Amino acid sequence: MNIFPIPVAMRAGAAFLFALCLASTASASVLKTDTAKSTIGATFKQLNVPVDAKFKKFTAQIDYDAAKPDASKASVDIDITSFDLGDPEYNQEILKKEWFNAAQFPKASFVSTGMKAGAAGSLNVSGKLTIKGKTIDVSFPLNIKKDGNNTVFDGSLPIKRLVFNIGDGEWRDTATVADDVIIKFHVVATP
Amino acid sequence: MLRYTKTAMLLHWLIALLIICAFTLGVTMVNIHGLSPTKLKYFSWHKWLGCTVFGLACLRLLWRLWHPAPPYPLSMSKLQQLAANGLHGLMYFLIFAVPLSGYFYSLAAGIPVVYLGIVPLPVFIDPNPEWKPILKAVHYTFNVVLLSGFCLHVLAALKHQFIDRDNIFKRILP
Repeated sequence: MNIFPIPVAMRAGAAFLFALCLASTASASVLKTDTAKSTIGATFKQLNVPVDAKFKKFTAQIDYDAAKPDASKASVDIDITSFDLGDPEYNQEILKKEWFNAAQFPKASFVSTGMKAGAAGSLNVSGKLTIKGKTIDVSFPLNIKKDGNNTVFDGSLPIKRLVFNIGDGEWRDTATVADDVIIKFHVVATP
Repeated sequence: MLRYTKTAMLLHWLIALLIICAFTLGVTMVNIHGLSPTKLKYFSWHKWLGCTVFGLACLRLLWRLWHPAPPYPLSMSKLQQLAANGLHGLMYFLIFAVPLSGYFYSLAAGIPVVYLGIVPLPVFIDPNPEWKPILKAVHYTFNVVLLSGFCLHVLAALKHQFIDRDNIFKRILP
């Protein structure tokens, strides 16, 4: 038995307000990403040979409104085990401890912390990038263009693999595998 | 006994040496399990050797077109001459075909060749998972044929030197 009937109304009111907030967030512009058309890859050099690899499984959540670009938000979750070097044997090797240590760190992620509108439909994105359990602050330009009803986000983010201890031990020698890695992404979002 | 030109001799022995190195390295590297910096280095060195062999093979073919091989001794039967020509023709084909098949296999695997780690060589085909195993098998098969051809070539040279004693080996000795 409830001896305080008033708070019930208050709770109902709070619930309504909460629902209203939720609805208004949803009506902003969390875009649906088309994972079949989107790609996230990494390019690095081994003995000066450029090699392209890609992450086959990831989810990207982009909250973007062309009218209010500075209020945009983005987050990306990458399934490390989906890393594809084009060779099944190497794909297994790269999940080991000295590389991604996927058993302990199965996911990499990016979460934006700020956006600034840049030149010609671009956004300067700042955020936190986490790979192999290590988080660093990054910022990079993001190009945005309209493709029919879709919005296409393109960008690349240069990182140093050794900052994340990717390729530890004998792999620390950057003459074999360079320290510089460029993460490239192409995200297609449907309204 | 008429001999090959000095240039032809140099190209013959240099290509032979490089092929032996590339072959040995190739067999070694594919038997390294997993992934290691040494393995990656061996793969690159193997490809550089292969490209060098291919380049020298081009020079050698051009040289050969303007400088025909010295004639066989009269002691050799027509059939023997035909067999010798056949084997030489096959070896000529393979010194091009083995590096080329390896090159395209590497491209299909998505790994272009950067000669000596300095010069990026042309990428003729995109990475192709369907062609990759085919080109791998082709590269392997050509190598098996090359190894067999090499053994026959050496055995024939030994036979000429120690059984026929026709001194034909002198043609290629500087």
